[in-house]
Amino acid sequence: MSNAPRRTALDALHRSLGATMTDFAGWDMPLRYGSERDEHHAVRTRAGLFDLSHMGEITVTGPGAAALLDYALVGNIGSVGTGRARYTMICREDGGILDDLIVYRLGETEYMVVANAGNAQIVLDAITERSAGFDAEVRDDRDAYALIAVQGPESPGILKSVTDADLDGLKYYAGLPGTVAGVPALIARTGYTGEDGFELFVAPEHAEALWQALTEAGRDAGLVPCGLSCRDTLRLEAGMPLYGHELTTALTPFDAGLGRVVKFDKAGDFVGREALAAAAERAESRPPRKLVGLIAQGRRVPRAGYPVVAGGEVIGEVTSGAPSPTLGKPLAIAYVDAAHSAPGTEGVGVDIRGAQEPYDVVALPFYKRRK
Amino acid sequence: MSNPQQLRYSKEHEWLSTAEDGVSTVGITEFAANALGDVVFAQLPEVGDTVTAGETCGELESTKSVSDLYSPVTGEVTEINQNVVDDPSLVNSAPFEGGWLFKVRIGEEPGDLLSADEYAEFSAN
Repeated sequence: MSNAPRRTALDALHRSLGATMTDFAGWDMPLRYGSERDEHHAVRTRAGLFDLSHMGEITVTGPGAAALLDYALVGNIGSVGTGRARYTMICREDGGILDDLIVYRLGETEYMVVANAGNAQIVLDAITERSAGFDAEVRDDRDAYALIAVQGPESPGILKSVTDADLDGLKYYAGLPGTVAGVPALIARTGYTGEDGFELFVAPEHAEALWQALTEAGRDAGLVPCGLSCRDTLRLEAGMPLYGHELTTALTPFDAGLGRVVKFDKAGDFVGREALAAAAERAESRPPRKLVGLIAQGRRVPRAGYPVVAGGEVIGEVTSGAPSPTLGKPLAIAYVDAAHSAPGTEGVGVDIRGAQEPYDVVALPFYKRRK
Repeated sequence: MSNPQQLRYSKEHEWLSTAEDGVSTVGITEFAANALGDVVFAQLPEVGDTVTAGETCGELESTKSVSDLYSPVTGEVTEINQNVVDDPSLVNSAPFEGGWLFKVRIGEEPGDLLSADEYAEFSAN
């Protein structure tokens, strides 16, 4: 395999739009087109258009598809209705998180698992390995799809103008096949921004036509192309975890405050059950650290890896941090010792390159959209 | 992107104006501002500080990163741009004008700064 970053089907288009590109998980992706703060505000108040073709699609089909996914993942996938989606995770036998995923049930015996770009091979390998003995086929569909997201309060109106699909009947975390701007697409009401929005899975050869049609359809509503930089600040404000930051193989879903994705009551065994049961008990009775939000009192920006301090002691570590365009203040998500994790805990700071800056401990998320 | 001809440039992407009464203005280039993305916080040296050519004298924070600010010249800081402290986005919108960072009384004539054309070539590579 070559080390050159992969390019999406929209690469030429991004360059013609003057995007600043960045290497992300082996892909050359748009970081921003103009001001990332303007792109962020566009998604919060109007709409933004994202190329997310780096995400990794894995299709699982066959009579045993549901049973396989129930065994391979921590969620109760068999209970997901056709046309619905579920946020879930795949763990190791020791409970460590391999990735967080969205699983779409496309048909009675067909599922699409969407993994993070950096973990797609790991997830594909793990599900394939775990498929032994199940009447199911695991297919690498990473090259079969481009993924375009339109996110923001204006996104339903924009999408409606280019599709006959029943968007009003499409709930959050649901997906249906349809036609958008003349292009066959899987239309999903999912996203990673904290806003209403849609993710459109299409064949790569149709990606450019779809992007152009959405750009045109969204012009009057103020839709702008958006890069990964604002995607990160949007998800940070919405308190959504990012693999490699809040989620790692060293942590279980319970450590990350996401134990609700683990379903012990589902039929049959699943990979990690025993370790996760112990992790659930530990998180309940004597949590090592908890995931919290931190809001800066000052203006210096916390970054991943910076120590969280209190009373001269290191009590935690920042996993994600950025200036928040919506709040106008620097924010961080951090793991901190349970004793300092309650919202309103006083005397907590972040060590920013040697200087202790005061921070307020808050519950996540920082931002919740009004419905 | 055009770099004003009358300025001189460092390889750390700062610009230095021609001295008037021994005082020059310092800022970062448009190239640098574009590379940083939206600047959200500027920590500038203080008036009276001595800055040294090629050494750090502050920080610029953007969405994705923090970057050291290097002085292109040795001297004493006589003024900082309070407008940039209050609204760091000026560094992006007007890097060569309203987004200037500080003024310095030249203590030592800088030796190895680039002309606008030399800097354009340097920053293109």
